[in-house]
Amino acid sequence: MRFERRDHPSALLTVLAPVGAVLAALLVAGVLIAIAGANPLRAYGLILKGAFGSRLGLSEMLTRATPLILTGLAAAVAFRARLWNIGGEGQFYLGALGVTAFAMVPAVAALPGPVAVVLCLMAGAVAGMVLLLVPLALRLRFGVDEVVTTLLLNFVAVLFVSLMIEGAMKDPLAFGWPQSVPVPDAAVLPKLMARTRLHIGLLIALAMAVLVWWLQARTVFGIRARAAGLNPRAAAFAGVPLGRTLVMVACLSGGLAGLAGAIEVMGVKGYVTTDLSPNYGYSGIVIAMLANLNPLGVIAAAVFSAVMFVGADSMSRALSIPSYIADVTVALSLLTMLVAIFLAQYRIRR
Amino acid sequence: MSVLFDILGAVGMWEAMLRIGTPLILGTLGVLLCERVGVLNLGIEGIMTFGAMVGWLTVFSGADLWTGMLVAGLGGAAFGLLHALLTVPLGLSQHVTGLGITLFASSFSYYVFRLAIPTSSQPPTVEPFRPADIPVLSDIPFLGQVLFSQTGPTYLALVLVVVLAWVLYRTPLGLALRMAGENPHALDAQGIDPIRLRIGAIMAGSALMGMGGAFLTLAAFNSFFPTMVQGRGWICVALVVFASWKPARALLGALLFAFFDAFQLRLQTAVEGVPYQLFLMLPYLLSIVALIVMARRARVPQALMQPYRRGER
Repeated sequence: MRFERRDHPSALLTVLAPVGAVLAALLVAGVLIAIAGANPLRAYGLILKGAFGSRLGLSEMLTRATPLILTGLAAAVAFRARLWNIGGEGQFYLGALGVTAFAMVPAVAALPGPVAVVLCLMAGAVAGMVLLLVPLALRLRFGVDEVVTTLLLNFVAVLFVSLMIEGAMKDPLAFGWPQSVPVPDAAVLPKLMARTRLHIGLLIALAMAVLVWWLQARTVFGIRARAAGLNPRAAAFAGVPLGRTLVMVACLSGGLAGLAGAIEVMGVKGYVTTDLSPNYGYSGIVIAMLANLNPLGVIAAAVFSAVMFVGADSMSRALSIPSYIADVTVALSLLTMLVAIFLAQYRIRR
Repeated sequence: MSVLFDILGAVGMWEAMLRIGTPLILGTLGVLLCERVGVLNLGIEGIMTFGAMVGWLTVFSGADLWTGMLVAGLGGAAFGLLHALLTVPLGLSQHVTGLGITLFASSFSYYVFRLAIPTSSQPPTVEPFRPADIPVLSDIPFLGQVLFSQTGPTYLALVLVVVLAWVLYRTPLGLALRMAGENPHALDAQGIDPIRLRIGAIMAGSALMGMGGAFLTLAAFNSFFPTMVQGRGWICVALVVFASWKPARALLGALLFAFFDAFQLRLQTAVEGVPYQLFLMLPYLLSIVALIVMARRARVPQALMQPYRRGER
């Protein structure tokens, strides 16, 4: 048995790949649900009902999708340039911490609403950027592989958050709970739906997806980033400034992950804790791959993950299946997606 | 200064170094074996989590401790097989596949654990490995207590360092393994299938990772809880670079690392006024420093991360 590269991968196969991948993942996860003694179809029905069946469920799903779109974009832009940013989790936390620290400046609370919000969002993005520029600098200067450094920095970032919220940024009114001071009202994002948690961060995330799509498809930077990823030597020969392009990619990627953290604080939580993120950064990697690194596809992939996570919460209460099944399904869909992309590009010959 | 001498002079500190180092030794050897045949295995973090869970669950259901270690090894090998099938014959991205394995293996572990132990306000425990004194040798003052009064898996890890080094450098199998990671085309020309060899080595390496994880639940602690691996897998990946892909240096790196970890734990209680988080950051920051120091000097296996397809250059 051998594999032969298709000369012209068909458009149909490329579109069907993610669908097939998700179905395959759901099939395997269904076996796990059946082993646990529940009817998989009923479980999936409950998951859909939990995520779409009510106003509250739908709003929760979209609230959950918001940071996932941003961390998914963060991974997608980096991976496209073969910058292996696995540090989305840490950048998310630094973004959250950055915005909270920035909002502690007394002048911020006095600014007019929109100005304060924009400045706060930028503060979060910058904090995320800085955390990714460190491993990029180590790669460019010392040749250190960024995969391991970004992974390790995730742990450092969370410990740093812990240090700050138990120290300089501790909320004295939190009854001793380790959480930061809340951001002032001026920095809180307006709600999209009354009496739900859904906030305008969703619109920001969607706008970012379009922006990233435009950057990649319509600008010189997008072409350069892609060329740097596909074949760095050829790109350098063609005059692409590799280092500078990677720095810009890192700013965009780290900035998006930092923005996700900032938006989560400003829109949902109001303050920082060390359990702010249920693996948003790592899920972003799965989402980027499910979307085949396409910025607009990221939106669909993020919604899929959000449906699984939010739906599984209500499903697990009804059927007493551990809600970890959502994590299992999403992780599995990453693996099946890799195989699906492969099968769309290669044909099997005997 | 006297605090320093107190810490360094205590037997407990050096004993702890070997104990903390054991999962790192096993994990680092596992990564080393995978990378020596040319395949990065970022599944380690999840494989260690699965080993920790399945080893613990086996013992909790009534099996003895060594059966638990064995099951953890087999479980690791199973995930290794999955990683190998995706990265070797299919040649998928080793980075992304490995991360996928980590996410899948860890969430799968939590799922199975929750199914088996539905409620756990107080996580259930097992009777862990006890230190086994080696007769005569353990009576040597200081050194005997440090080296010869450890648990069984620690001795096993130390023996495995020697075994792996011997296999890699002194046997035909080792030559073939190293060739698979340096020049698989030449290996194929010798009549040895690099694909099969890589798959086998990844399974063996992943088995070591699984056992490293099981050490956490069966010897270092006595219960399983989510996120308990705490980046140890990633640290092992960094240690392999530090070790320049050599087993003896991997042992040295793991022990050096464990030394700092044991040291910072004691320093935390001895030094007041410094936030404990700074101490906890040390292992991760040290790994990064180790990478910086060795990145240019280390001799990377030439075919690392290059999928092998017959007839393709």
